[in-house]
Amino acid sequence: MSAALRQTGENFSARYQGLAPRLPGPPDLRRRAAAWFDRHGLPDTRDESWRFTSLRPLAGIVFSRAEDQDDTAPSLLARLPPTEAPLLVFAQGRMRADLSRFPAGGQAGLSVASFANEPSFGNVPESETEPLSALNTMLAEDGARIAVAPSADAGTLVLLHLASGHAEHPPAFHPRHQIRLGAGARLTLIEIALGTSVYLHNPLTEVVLAEQAELLHLRLQDESAAAFHLASLHVALGPGSAYESVALVRGARIARSELTAAIVGEGARFALHAAQILGGEQLADITTVVRHLAPGASSRQSIRNVLTERAHGVFQGRIAVDRIAQKTDGYQMNKALLLSEEAQINSKPELEIFADDVKCSHGATVGALDPNQLFYLQSRGVPKAEARAILVAAFLGETLEAIPHSWGRSVLEGAVQSWWKDRPL
Amino acid sequence: MALLEIRGLAAEVEGKPILRGVDLSLPEGEVHAIMGPNGSGKSTLAYVLAGREGYSVNAGSVRFDGEDLLAMDPEARAAVGLFLAFQYPVELPGVGNANFLRTALNAVRRARAEPEIDAMKFLKEARAALKRLSMSEEMLKRNVNVGFSGGEKKRNEIFQMALLRPRLAILDETDSGLDIDALKIVANGVNALRGEKFSALVITHYQRLLDHIVPDKVHVLSEGRIVRSGGPELALSLEESGYAGLVAEAAA
Repeated sequence: MSAALRQTGENFSARYQGLAPRLPGPPDLRRRAAAWFDRHGLPDTRDESWRFTSLRPLAGIVFSRAEDQDDTAPSLLARLPPTEAPLLVFAQGRMRADLSRFPAGGQAGLSVASFANEPSFGNVPESETEPLSALNTMLAEDGARIAVAPSADAGTLVLLHLASGHAEHPPAFHPRHQIRLGAGARLTLIEIALGTSVYLHNPLTEVVLAEQAELLHLRLQDESAAAFHLASLHVALGPGSAYESVALVRGARIARSELTAAIVGEGARFALHAAQILGGEQLADITTVVRHLAPGASSRQSIRNVLTERAHGVFQGRIAVDRIAQKTDGYQMNKALLLSEEAQINSKPELEIFADDVKCSHGATVGALDPNQLFYLQSRGVPKAEARAILVAAFLGETLEAIPHSWGRSVLEGAVQSWWKDRPL
Repeated sequence: MALLEIRGLAAEVEGKPILRGVDLSLPEGEVHAIMGPNGSGKSTLAYVLAGREGYSVNAGSVRFDGEDLLAMDPEARAAVGLFLAFQYPVELPGVGNANFLRTALNAVRRARAEPEIDAMKFLKEARAALKRLSMSEEMLKRNVNVGFSGGEKKRNEIFQMALLRPRLAILDETDSGLDIDALKIVANGVNALRGEKFSALVITHYQRLLDHIVPDKVHVLSEGRIVRSGGPELALSLEESGYAGLVAEAAA
């Protein structure tokens, strides 16, 4: 590791030392996370799971604790397309009741609290190998605690993450979110991350679905192009529960989205449809681990990458099928469309199967736009740039068109469309 | 001056000369057939006129309504009124046929400084065109050419032509692989547009299509040149004697 990157890591450790007495919640877990982080620091490309994703651009940056001064949250909030849905707003990693909006008397079946007031680290396993989780555990100060009562259909909740960065003194924040659905509960959670200038957003989100619960989780990562987004998401699926996520990644200088799913209940369904649309010097990495720990469950992962200029996309996906997880149906596909000579994609599928009666498949494709398709469109009068946009939209269409929530779909589709405006092809 | 004036056109693909000096004049309102054996350069001529990449023009000129056609991008050629019905129509997975057609129609209208048409009006026109062509409305809901049979793809080309109303249609072996019913639909689609403001180049290997689209003139292309031109009767005599005699004649 470069000395400068080690220094960036050491700054986080020092910040923990200074803050420790004032940090909320039980100190033991934080202490162990900090000890781990002290020894390992930020990951570098010699770590197997970070081979393709270099954090070198973080080297030498001294991130500071996020303060509330210079608050641009209200102006960022204005970027959100209008919605009637309940809105829970975080700015600089802190819950902002003043910007949030709930119906009078609350949303039936839904309860919302903050980590700052009711700190709990949940049941995320203390993994030895996940530096992003350790960093979060060490420094988390606030977060959302969202719960849906058993059998309740809580409708839609929009969870907005706003960030005001700073070029010379970039802030870092490490929110700790928890989403729990009781047995048979339902929720559509739409998460949107927006920001300006340089900052580090290091959220950790724990999702726990009890028996027969269903969560539709739509995500738009639209961080500032100069920001760093290092996120981890842990999902636990109970019997017969369903987790379905559609995620669009288009922001940040470096983005790493780790997702681990523990399918502990029989017959649960897990689905991730993700798209990364990247340009410039952007690097975005989706790393997933799906553990089938119960029989008769299915997991679907479908990733699309559209990469232009010198952008770099990474997908690492592991499906681990335990000995008892018979009749598992696992599927994983990573497709990349490279729109420039310098764009690159790394794809690393891993299957670890210990049960003998399972169906698991994975695949990856890489290609450019088809000149025959382009010519066909042009021959019908469609200008070349528009023809390219149509073909890219078609490539992403499968991911976005199926979103069973019209406002959520319009937000994600709008994010794809506006991407072209800054990027004449 | 003719709508389309091709003079001494020579073109090559990957360094291999295919067209070796094509001369052809197509007056506005006429339908001409181009016949010829395999490898004579028929499809190359169609692609060069439509502006496909990978074909380099070494000599000659093409004027469309007096303008230099070869200097235009493919989309500009479509905007001035040129339409190529592909021999092998391209599949566009994820692109709906209705959206595709409306986008194309509005792109052409924009280029001609005409107002765009809205979705409702477009659907009305599209349905009317489908009805005229005895095609199913279901065509609009499907992805462009995806999962279409060979005949459906060719009919979709004719449907696009009917909506875009070109001044010059080039039909590149649109008859190949069609049964007689589909052939009649294609022919009806072309005949319905015939008039003072519509011209067509019908490229075909067989005389069959020309029973249904009777051309004003027939040209025989062989080894990259027009070796014979005549009336519709030339197609009939070719059907009897084959290309061999003509090709030998041209070589002599």
